[in-house]
Amino acid sequence: MTTEEIIAQLNPIFKNIMDNDDIVVSFTTTSADMEEWDSLTHIQVVVAIEKHFKIRFKSGEITGFKNVGEMSESIREKLNT
Amino acid sequence: MDFNSLKKNLKKDFTGFKNLNVAVLSNCSTQYLAQAMRGYGFEKKLSINIWEADYDAIDIAINYSASPLYTGKNDYVFLLFSTKKLQGKFYASNHKANFANEFLQEVENIVQTVSEKIKTNFIVCNLPEEQESVFGNFGNKTADSFIYQTRKINFELMQLAEKTANVFVADIAGLAAAKGKAYCFDSRLYVNADVIWSLDFTADVAVNTVQILESFVGSSKKCLILDLDNTTWGGIIGDDGVEGIQIGELGNGKSFTQLQQWAKALKERGIILAVCSKNTEEIAKEPFEQHPDMKLRLEDISVFVANWDNKADNIRYIQSVLNIGFDSMVFLDDNPFEREMVKTHIPQLTVPNLPEDPSEYISYLNTLNLFETVSYTSEDKERTKQYQEEASRVIAREKFTDEKDFLVSLNMVSEVKAFDAFTTPRVAQLTQRSNQFNLRTIRYSEEDVKQISSSADYVTFTFNLADKFGDHGLIAVVILKKQNAKELFVDTWIMSCRVLKRGVEQFTLAELMNWTKANGFEKINGQFISTPKNAIVKNHYQDLGFTSVNEIEGLWSLSITDYQAKPFYISAKNK
Repeated sequence: MTTEEIIAQLNPIFKNIMDNDDIVVSFTTTSADMEEWDSLTHIQVVVAIEKHFKIRFKSGEITGFKNVGEMSESIREKLNT
Repeated sequence: MDFNSLKKNLKKDFTGFKNLNVAVLSNCSTQYLAQAMRGYGFEKKLSINIWEADYDAIDIAINYSASPLYTGKNDYVFLLFSTKKLQGKFYASNHKANFANEFLQEVENIVQTVSEKIKTNFIVCNLPEEQESVFGNFGNKTADSFIYQTRKINFELMQLAEKTANVFVADIAGLAAAKGKAYCFDSRLYVNADVIWSLDFTADVAVNTVQILESFVGSSKKCLILDLDNTTWGGIIGDDGVEGIQIGELGNGKSFTQLQQWAKALKERGIILAVCSKNTEEIAKEPFEQHPDMKLRLEDISVFVANWDNKADNIRYIQSVLNIGFDSMVFLDDNPFEREMVKTHIPQLTVPNLPEDPSEYISYLNTLNLFETVSYTSEDKERTKQYQEEASRVIAREKFTDEKDFLVSLNMVSEVKAFDAFTTPRVAQLTQRSNQFNLRTIRYSEEDVKQISSSADYVTFTFNLADKFGDHGLIAVVILKKQNAKELFVDTWIMSCRVLKRGVEQFTLAELMNWTKANGFEKINGQFISTPKNAIVKNHYQDLGFTSVNEIEGLWSLSITDYQAKPFYISAKNK
């Protein structure tokens, strides 16, 4: 799966957790770009991504992602190994 | 429901829902739990308003009198301690063997401090266990281990709740054990974000807590209705016969034995059991009477309905006999079609979707926690008995087309006596609570009742009623005031509505007239004071043969010479 494909799958997850259908995420999207994305919803997103892709982030990654791109890179690595 | 769905509920409209204010005191962050609790409240039509004390600042919250804990009209205080956080404190402690004692003192101190300022209920979470391999299994043998102290805390919290009326325990440890450690906890979330539970488990704790709150506001379950074939036993009694049904060791029998044991334990706790089955009644009763492995017997069942009518109608009949709300009834049936049919006709009824495999019935039912309660008294058992008696009366009445024959068959006996020390509290309670069958609605305290009963100006009567089905207890109270040497005034006449249409009024008047005559009085005067709730006795004196004296003041009168006894079927047991 490519990073683009992963981001495409992340979009509905963000829409669902933030309960906002207008959300469009891209590689460079950060929490600063999204009003609903705070420390609480962040955990929800991480947990939902793990369930969706059946992967497990490392402890340090959970709060360490800079943007959606980093997140999808990490997902891609885990899916390919 | 998962956490995300609960959280989405927060945006919905809570208008018109019952408000519950909950203060949360905790040694960890509780934002997710607070969201999930309010979110699940929506499902139960409760608007749960949560105030969270600052993280790990319980002392400040309870010792600062302007704290929202005190100003927020909190009906409930929810106390949550993270086992992990306590574990850190435990390791830092110099007297580890005393850890549980100190913890309990802290909890008791919170309860006491808060109770001095506001009237509230406490829901204290117990502690899910942490695996700790410092001592290995030996940890069970020394008070210096954390597992020893954790279990001691959990046990002593139960003792605290047992002896303190307004302290309740939320069994988080039990819930976590049922769900499993891997499901409940995520150490990554704890380490990186201070989140003590997985989001899935947070949702479960919220559901569990709201169930407790729900039972506080009075919507607990009172009755379990059982289908028979393939629900109470395996197989079809009409086809397989008593020897062929599965119960006990035969086939899938253990599943049904477990279900019956559970139902019996519920019955002993005070839940009413009923049967609703498509069967021929005599055949359906055979296992209850004959099968050696049946845990349930006919005397455990308050209302037994087995016929070929539709189940919704039969459940309506059970409801009418028991006279409790549909929302307090649970119906168990293995057949999805019957369940759907009943649910469609009676939406308020709780109808669990039993798993297909009977061996999963009990574990599934346990996860639903259907019979949450906030009280358990010896009266609960008594109440079941009273429902059973009432059910027997309703069933007996159907056999009689003539009301009189039915009343005669009841063999009613009434004990009549003056107020005494034993009846004083019940008399006071009746004057305070009775609204319907109450002629003047004069309220008396226990102290007032004592004064009346010792005064020479008054004559007092209490009436008990028992029949062949059971004892109703004290059901009527009359206070007569001596107006002059010849006349008595009915100061109070109250009757419990449970015994309407039994002829108790006619019997009561006959007793009053007997006393009047025997003590040289000539006349009884009565008064009806109308209230919004006592229309039921508007024609009381007229029906008993009194003459209207003053229509505006509602005054009536009956002299011993004009009195003509009306028929009644109650015999007196005077004392």
